[in-house]
Parts: sequence; structure tokens; C-alpha cells
Amino acid sequence: MALLQRFIFLLLFMMTYQLLPCTGSILEEEFTEELLLKPLPDRKVLAHFHFQTKAPPSSSNGRHHHLFPKAISQLVQKFQVKEMELSFTQGRWSYERWGGFDPMPSNNAKPPGVELWAVFDVPQNQIDASWKNLTHTLSGLFCASINFLESSTTYSAPEWGFPPASRNLRYGTLPREAVCTENLTPWLKLLPCRDKSGLSALLDRPSIYRGFYHSQRLRLISTGPGLGGMAGIILEQTLTVVLQPNGRRTIVAHSGEAPVQPSWSMSSIFGRKVNGRCVLAKSSNVYLQFDRGLAKELKNHQNENKDSGTNNLASEDFWNNPGFELSVKPDGVFEEINGLHSESSSVLYKFSMEKYSESEPCDLSFKWKIPVVWSCKQAPLHATRFLMGSGNERGAIAISLKSTELTEGFLGANSVDDGCKVQVNIFQVVPWYVKVYFHSLRVSVDQQLKAPADVIEKIHVSPSKDKVSPGVMEMILKLPCTVKSASLSIDFDKGFLHIDEYPPDANQGFDIPSAVISFPKFHASLIFPKDDSLNESPMLSKFQQKNPVMSYTEVLLVPLTTPDFSMPYNVITITCTVFALYFGSLLNVLRRRVAEEERLLKSKAATKTNRLSLLLSKLSAKLRGKPWEPPSSPQPTSSFISSKLVLRVILVAGIAMVWQYYFS
Amino acid sequence: MEETHQRKKKKVASFWSWVVASIIFRLILIYFPKNLNLAARPEVSTPLTSLRRLAEGFWLKQSSMSPYAGSMYHGSPLLLSLLGPLTVKRIEGQPNHLFFSLLSVIADVCSAMLIRATGKKLQMAYSYSLKSLGLLTQLGSSEILSSGDIAALVYLWNPFTIVTCVGLSTSPIENLAVILCLFGACSRLVPLAAFGWVISTHLSLYPAILIIPVVFLLGYGPDAPPRKLFMKEKYSKNLDESPSEGLMQPKLPIGFSWRPVIYFVFWALLWSVYVLVLCSISLKQYGGLQEMFTSTYGFILTVEDLSPNIGALWYFFAEVFDFFRNFFLIVFHVNILVMILPLAIRLNHRPCFLAFVYIAISSMLKSYPSVGDSALYLGLLGLFVNQLADMQFSFFLFCGYVGVSLLSPVMHNLWIWRGTGNANFYFATATVYACLQVLLSSHYSFPVVA
Repeated sequence: MALLQRFIFLLLFMMTYQLLPCTGSILEEEFTEELLLKPLPDRKVLAHFHFQTKAPPSSSNGRHHHLFPKAISQLVQKFQVKEMELSFTQGRWSYERWGGFDPMPSNNAKPPGVELWAVFDVPQNQIDASWKNLTHTLSGLFCASINFLESSTTYSAPEWGFPPASRNLRYGTLPREAVCTENLTPWLKLLPCRDKSGLSALLDRPSIYRGFYHSQRLRLISTGPGLGGMAGIILEQTLTVVLQPNGRRTIVAHSGEAPVQPSWSMSSIFGRKVNGRCVLAKSSNVYLQFDRGLAKELKNHQNENKDSGTNNLASEDFWNNPGFELSVKPDGVFEEINGLHSESSSVLYKFSMEKYSESEPCDLSFKWKIPVVWSCKQAPLHATRFLMGSGNERGAIAISLKSTELTEGFLGANSVDDGCKVQVNIFQVVPWYVKVYFHSLRVSVDQQLKAPADVIEKIHVSPSKDKVSPGVMEMILKLPCTVKSASLSIDFDKGFLHIDEYPPDANQGFDIPSAVISFPKFHASLIFPKDDSLNESPMLSKFQQKNPVMSYTEVLLVPLTTPDFSMPYNVITITCTVFALYFGSLLNVLRRRVAEEERLLKSKAATKTNRLSLLLSKLSAKLRGKPWEPPSSPQPTSSFISSKLVLRVILVAGIAMVWQYYFS
Repeated sequence: MEETHQRKKKKVASFWSWVVASIIFRLILIYFPKNLNLAARPEVSTPLTSLRRLAEGFWLKQSSMSPYAGSMYHGSPLLLSLLGPLTVKRIEGQPNHLFFSLLSVIADVCSAMLIRATGKKLQMAYSYSLKSLGLLTQLGSSEILSSGDIAALVYLWNPFTIVTCVGLSTSPIENLAVILCLFGACSRLVPLAAFGWVISTHLSLYPAILIIPVVFLLGYGPDAPPRKLFMKEKYSKNLDESPSEGLMQPKLPIGFSWRPVIYFVFWALLWSVYVLVLCSISLKQYGGLQEMFTSTYGFILTVEDLSPNIGALWYFFAEVFDFFRNFFLIVFHVNILVMILPLAIRLNHRPCFLAFVYIAISSMLKSYPSVGDSALYLGLLGLFVNQLADMQFSFFLFCGYVGVSLLSPVMHNLWIWRGTGNANFYFATATVYACLQVLLSSHYSFPVVA
């Protein structure tokens, strides 16, 4: 028996062993973890975690995952998601200070709240159903109210305005979604090591949520349909945080100059150290990146100090130089290959986490020696969006584009020929209760009003339908390179909603989601030299992709007029009273026959007229402005009324007495 | 004789001078900067009549989208092709929508002239019937102006009409269509009446109920005293049996004549087919007629837009519980329909007055009322000025209208712009306005019915 068992076991083992090599090495699921640290010009530090899990395509139907989260693979399989991105963001990326041109803001800066877009691989008529199911699933997975994106008033189907231009794309945002730790925990659960070891162990909740900007992102791409089986999926999870190092003890080295930037270390910004890598990760690296501007400043400083120009930023001993000090020796230094902007190029230091362990944790610290002032590279045009007008009836949305130093420097050189144009794509979704008048679109370039057709190369509008769909506006603007400022404005009427449609805090106002401004002719990419160790890094290969420069504008808050929430019954009764008045008085008019009435009145007047009717007739006569004629009939005696009155008084008194008696 | 002739001439001259003055007044208002912001007033332009929305619909159509694509435009596709180009055309240094404003001035003057002509027809018929009853009094000479002139001047000088005309809304055109229909029926121009009826129904749905007064007008002839009186007269005359008076015997208004009515039906069918064909041609590449009906008539009947206006329905449907919505929609619309038949029975001898009552009722109960509707029925009221001269409550009603039209902008401002008032303030004026209209229609129809 035991022999048989062993035999079967052996057979099984051999079968699996033989199966493995025939499908090749691609079958292995991979997990990599990376962290990018980057000092920012305004005394802050950017930390960008990048976790990637790869599940290769397989031909078998249904399978067990080693590393890949099952929830995600089921979701992809069930809803035929081709590509999806979900981001939770708190705070706003400051494009002016933290840069707007690098891959970092273009790919990872997201609008506040939740943004979700997905491309489906299903027929057109099933996309909306898939989207609805997907939102509910994600809502359950991430403990967020993503299910509000189910309603057709919240999501839209951009045609070409949003970068993965596809007919199967759906895009929705929830600008007011509060993002907190209950969204982070399920996100971390998708990682093989959770936050128990590896780089994710750095994610100390209080220090992350203390930051100025926090964006957690999940992006998945399903690669190629597995024939009859499952598609391969690449799951990319990134967390971008902008943190303020504890900068109380800044040393003012040179009086009169800017103070030295605060020094920081992993333990000071995160409150934790890296205790080695996640054992399941294929690679686990920490990178320190210097911006182009910063690298240039440092190089200049170095050249001032040491006249020998041989010293390069990328040279091996640079890690310990007059500008700053690193506590850990980098495993590699790379300089960006840069054709266009050769005067400065970004520098990357690589620290491998392989050699660290619990007993010997890594605490990368960075100490500034000299004050350095630099600025990050800006997008060609800086976009802001604001509301115009006052009152709660109408207003206007304005998008203003201002040229930055990039346009002045880079585009100004090419401005000799007049044909030079900057292409700007604008994608904007407005909820239906902001009723946009598209014919009122006004474009002005350098404060001069232009005919929209001169500037707008292509426009696609799908107007909002009340309570059904939001308004979508996609535009391609062609602005001259010498442009200093451009602005677009569009009028809208504020809608009036049913009381049930107002959120609980109706007076706070309603959010208009961020507009997406992209520059398709500008590619945000950082290309580092081909090196085996770098090529393996998914984060850096992501940086090398030629993605268009993208930026999100501010979320707008539109106050809407509110009805009185407290008195629906009053409104119903008052309106119905008016209708009753209408019905009653008309019926009265129709029913009446004057001749008969006069006869009736005469006969009545002969019998009885009481004091009240006398008074009323007097009053009405006065109102009509006619002299009052006292009725000819004699005054009836009031004995009848008084007897009735006495009876009533007695009755009330009796009731009062009984009451008194009963309750005492 | 000479004196009366001169007086008449004088009267005509004074009438025309007032008409010219009203046109000049409108032109002055048009040249005010930004049209005094009247186009933005909820009392003036409703979602159905606003020119701004028409411009949006025209823009959508120009960019090869269905004009009904958003929830902006709810008017007729014919108006879009007629008035759309006017919204785009601009002259440097002139007001923005000069062409459209001029068009609405012309429409107003046309309506006034048609009202005047209708008034003349009515007066002729009235004096004829009085003559035939032997009750002829000195009608024309004792008055300051004839009722038609008064009605035309009331229409032209009514502040509501002026505000609607200057306020860039399509109500003047809708009113013109209604008046055209009544004029055609009064002067027995069947094709014109049918055209007016079809166009006005196409533009704003509610004039559809005017088919009953129009049929009465065509069948029985214009307003006359009740037929009972004629019968009585005839009866008493017959009793006398004197052959000399046989010649003077009042010609009993002949009973219902079917021929013009059948003509009317035929013409109405013809015109409506014509209008529908034109609409379907202009909407061919978009949603077609189905879309047109859902976004015009459907929009009117389901009260989708809850933006404030001077009616009472917007606030009601903003507050009412959702599961009662359909019930109340039916109730409110049935309220108009229920009153049609009884009024038609009681007022069948006064078809013009019946038309006035119908218009007053529908302008009170319609989903998106504006002061333009009030302007129409107040203008028509002028036609009956002789019969209603000693009405009660006239001063009270006048003060009510003045009060509401002064208070409603104030309340709107407090609520929407300043944020110090709330919706109930504005709704209160709307309720008062509705009550006033109820009073007006019921009290003025009382002596006519009785």
C-alpha cells in the first residue's frame, strides 16, 4: 500500500516536473518591489512604492496562483477587463513645485478622491453591464464607495480625450471619496508579503497619512488572451507619498542664503526601517533619484569646489560628495541618457535590499551639506481651472493655461517659424446638474478673444442628459508656441434637483471632477542606460515608456441652490390647496344659476338673518365699495342662539368637571 | 354726423400713436445693455421658450448632433431652423440678439393687430345679435375706444408682454400662433385657423384644447347671447303673430353648421401632416419624430426640469416623494382636462370667451408657465371689456398682479443670489400668482356663464 502511494506520488511529481519546462520560464509568477525616493524642491521628500505582480498567460482553465492575488485574477476573468486603473488619492499634486513633466507626475499624480477607468474586452452593448459589476466588485474589494460609479450619471465613455483612447473605455471619478487606511489595508493584502516584510513594511499608517499627498494606485493590464485559458495579467500597485521630513532643526549655514534642506532618513520619514527584502520578491530595490534641476545644481557646486571637471555625478565615489552625504553606499549610479536636454540629466542611485536582514536593517539616510535651490521641470503649460460668476443660478467654468519656463525655453527657440504649435488635449466631464451651454465656449489667447474654430482643432461633445448621463467635452487645442496664456470659458446653468438627490450635506456644494490636460507631443520619459540590473526593474521600464505629459486640474466645488428639506408635506398641502381652490371655484361658477339663486336668497332673507351674516354682508359691501343696505327683514330674536350657547357652555363645563374628577 | 366722424378719426389716430409709442418703447428697451438681464429671469424665459437653449440646440445641430442630444433644447425643430441662424448673426456694436428682438417686436405688433381685427369681428357679431334681439343701444359712439382697440393696446402695453418681447423668449411667437388661430376662426378663414391651431399645438402643446372653441366658433359663429334668449324672443314674437314684425323677426343663429368644421378638420390634418413631414425632414439623420415627441411633449408632461418658475409645479415635484410623482402628474394634467367639458357646455354660446378661459387655465396649470402666457390671456380679456366693465375684484386683482410681479423678482433674488431667503419665499409668490389666476378666471367667467 505504502509502496503504491509512493509510486503515485512519484508519478505526480514527475508529471509536474515534466510539465514545467515545456511551458517555459514565462510560466513563473513574478513579484518585484521597488521604492523610489526623491528630494523635492520645497523641503519635502517623495516616496514612490512600486510593486508589480505578474501572472503569465496559461492555457489551462482555472489554476492556482502562487503569488498573484486570486481576487484580481478572478475579476479580470469575469469582467473581461483588458486594462484598468484605480486610484485613491488624498491631497493634490502641486504641479508647480513638484514638477509636471517627469513620468512621476504624468503617471502617478491623480485627481483627489477615486478615479477609475477600465477598458473591456466585451461587445459594445455589454460594456455598461460589465462596468457596473466591476464597480461593485471593486467597491467590495477596497472598502470604498466605488459602487456610486455604477450610476450612468457618474461615468462617461470618452472617445479620444483620455489617453488609452478606446471605444471600450469607461471613465469615472468620485472627487469626494475620503481615502484612508481602510482602503490601504485591502490594497496591501494583494501583495504576497502584505506589509509584514520587505519594502511594504515601511508603510507605517500614521506617517503616510501625515503626508501632503498620498495616492495609492492599482493598475492592471491583461496581456493577450490565453487561448481557452486565462490571460496573463500584470498587476502594478504603486503608492506615491509626499512627506515632510522633520525639519525643525534646520541649520542655517549661510546667513542670507536659503536654509539647508532638512536631512532625512527612512526611519525619520516613515518611522521604520527596511528589514530586508520580501522573500517572495524577485528583486527588491530602493532608488534615490535626483531631479534634472537638482543634479545640475549639484554638478555646478561640485565644479566650483573642485576645479577638476573629471568628477562626474555618476561616478562611483559621488555618493559621498560635498553637496550631501548618504549613509549607505549605493550599489549603482546611473545617469539619464538625454538627447534633448543635454545640459542637465537626472541621476539615479540604486540600493539593493538583498543584503539586509532583520538583524541588520537598512536605514538609508540623506544629509544635506549645502543649501541647494532648484526647481522641477514643468509641463509645457500650467493649467488651472476655476469657477466664475456669483449666485446660484448660473456660472462659468474657466480653464486657464499659462506658459511655464519650459515653453519659454524649449518652445521659444523654435518660435522662429510660425507653424510651431503646441497641442493640448482637454478632457472634461461635468455632472448633469451643471448644465453647460456648449455654444458659449469662448477661447482667448494672450488675452485676445479668438474664434473657437481658429484654436480648436477637434472637438467632441456629448451633452449631459438630465439624470441620465454627464456632459463630456473632449478638445484638441492648437496654440502657437509663443503663447503666454490662453483661457477657455464655458457658461453653465445650475440645475435644481429633487430633494432626494441632494447628498446629506447639500449646502457644502457639488464637485466637478478634475479636467485632464495632456500634451501628446511631449513625452515624459526617463531613459537610463541599458544595463541588465536596470532593465529588470519594472518601475524604470515604466519610466522609459513614452507617455504623453498629463496633468489634472483642480476639483471645482459648485454650490447649488437647495430647496427647503424640512417641509415636503407643507409644499404638497399648499399646492393641493391651490388646486382645490381652482377646482372648487370653477365648479362653483359652472354650477350656479343666478336667477334661481336670487329667488333662493330672497326666500332665505325673509326667514332669517343672523348677526354674523349681517356683519359679513356689511363687510363685503364695504369691500365692493357700495353703500350698505340694511336688510329689510326684522332682526330675529337672539333667544335661540343664546339658548344654544348656554347649552354648549354647560356641556363644556360638564366635560371639564368629569375630566377634573377622573384625573384627580 | 360730421362730429362723430371726426371723433372716430381722432380715435384712430390716437390708437395708432399708442401703437407706435409701444414699438418705440420696445426698441429703447432692446438697446439697453444686456437687455436688462431679462433673458435670465425665470419669469420670462422657461426651459421651453428660452432663446439661450434654442441657441444651444442650434449649435448642437450645426455640429451634426441631434438638437435634443442634451437636455437643453425642448422646442420645435422648425423654430430651430427658422430662428437658429438669427442667434448666431451678430452686428458689431449692436445688441447681441438684435434680429431676434426685432422679430419678436414684429410678432407682438402682428398679434395686437390680429386681436384688434378679432375684436372688430366680435363687436360686429355682437351688435348684430343685439339688433336681432331688439336690444340695440348706442354701442360704439359712447365708448372711448372700441373693445378691439382696447384689447390690442392692453396687449401691446402690458408690462408682461413687453418684458417677454424684450426678454429673448419664443413666447411672442407662440402667442402669435394662438391669436392667429382665434382670428382665423372668428373671421371664418378655416385654413388660417387650422394653421394657427396646428402651429400653436406643435410649439407648446397646451393650445391643443383650443380645438373646442375653434370648432364652436366655426360651427355657431362668434360670441352671442345665449340661444335661450333668441328662442324666447322668437317665441314671444310668434305669439304676437303680427305680419309686419315678421320681417323684423330675429334671425335665429342657425344651429351647428358642420361644413366649416369638417373643413377645419381636413385642414388641420393637412397642416399637421405638413408640419410633421417638415420636422421629420429636419430631424432625419438624428432621432426622428420619436425623439422630438419625447423631448418636447414628454418634457412638458413629465415636468423634468425643476428650475424655479412662476408656476407651482416645479417646487411640488422637487419636494414630492418619488413614488407619488406619477400620480400627481396625472392629477395635475387631468385637472386641466376635467374642466374642458363642463366649460364647453356652459359657454358654448361664447366660444371666444371659452378660448380665453381655456388659455387662462392652461397658463396657470402648465408645467413651465411664464408671464408671456399671462400676457396672452390678459390681452384677450380686453376683448370682453364691455361685458365685464362692472366686475368686482378688478382693482384687487390688478393690485395682486402688480404685487406679485414686484415681489417675485425680489424673492428670487433673496433666494438665489443673496442666499438669505429660501425656496419657500419664492414659492409663496408663485402660489399667490396661481390663486390670482384662479380668481381671475373664475370671477370673470361668472357673469358670462350666468
